Amino acid sequence: MSARVAVVRFPGSNCEDETLAAVERAGAAGVLLDYRATSLDGADAVLLPGGFSYGDYLRSGAIARFAPVMDAVRAHADAGGVVIGICNGFQIACEAGLLPGALLRNAQQRFTSRPVDVRIERADTVCTTRFTVGDVIRIPVAHGEGRYVADADTLDRLEGDGLVVMRYVQEDGADAPHNPNGSARDIAGICNAAGNVVGFMPHPERLADAVLGSDAGHRIFTSLVDRLGAAVSA
Amino acid sequence: MTFRVQVRVIPRPGLLDPQGQAVEHALGSLGFAGVGSVRVGKAIELSIDAASADEARAAARAMCDRLLANPVTEDYAIEVEA
Repeated sequence: MSARVAVVRFPGSNCEDETLAAVERAGAAGVLLDYRATSLDGADAVLLPGGFSYGDYLRSGAIARFAPVMDAVRAHADAGGVVIGICNGFQIACEAGLLPGALLRNAQQRFTSRPVDVRIERADTVCTTRFTVGDVIRIPVAHGEGRYVADADTLDRLEGDGLVVMRYVQEDGADAPHNPNGSARDIAGICNAAGNVVGFMPHPERLADAVLGSDAGHRIFTSLVDRLGAAVSA
Repeated sequence: MTFRVQVRVIPRPGLLDPQGQAVEHALGSLGFAGVGSVRVGKAIELSIDAASADEARAAARAMCDRLLANPVTEDYAIEVEA
């Protein structure tokens, strides 16, 4: 039995189709889940996709956080279920308090849409097991509000507990002098203490098929499916 | 009674505010001298039906804590008028 992965479509989501395709390419059964749903439809994991939910009004993710489906998402996360937020989904997860911190307007005040190099800092999260710590992948970012901020104590705790999952780096994996959005400590993605909730700004689903010239993002999804497969058969 | 409530949401001090910086730079370019510490936030106006100004303020505070402001990055101020 293949794992079921739900991808939520909020009003204003725009990456749900390629996220579903990436999930299915990795071997899971994808389920498109409406934001008004009150259950996860039996899904083993839920992905909050990129886009501009509710027009990014007020703050990115601030209103999506209260969409009906989020009660089920929160219950799933609280029970140890897998929740992954990509780009706007990361913003929603932070607004919902599923992950610490917040994502603010890029430091350079511009929407940034380009490939970036990110270093995998954890190879044991629900979506990075097919990587080795230190691997660098080039996948796109496309966001206006991706500057990760948190207070100094939270940042120290993220670092100390090893909760930074992805970091913006140079192509050779060395720390970069600048990052694409001004994020604190070059943070591109984090996870919660239990490791079942992960959020990141880059879009692996946009580069998950070799026909596009690279499938650098594919392993995020195969890692997820590996993890769910192990859980489903356990 | 209906109270007019004004909520000001401002980026927390110490956080980089690129909008404020851009506005400050633009003001300088226009020849306005001596302008500094520009920060750009949001003003939200609403009317609240409540028994008293205190009750309206308490309701507005709850709205700020849950939705209107992000406690990680923003401070807010509330003004209530009858």
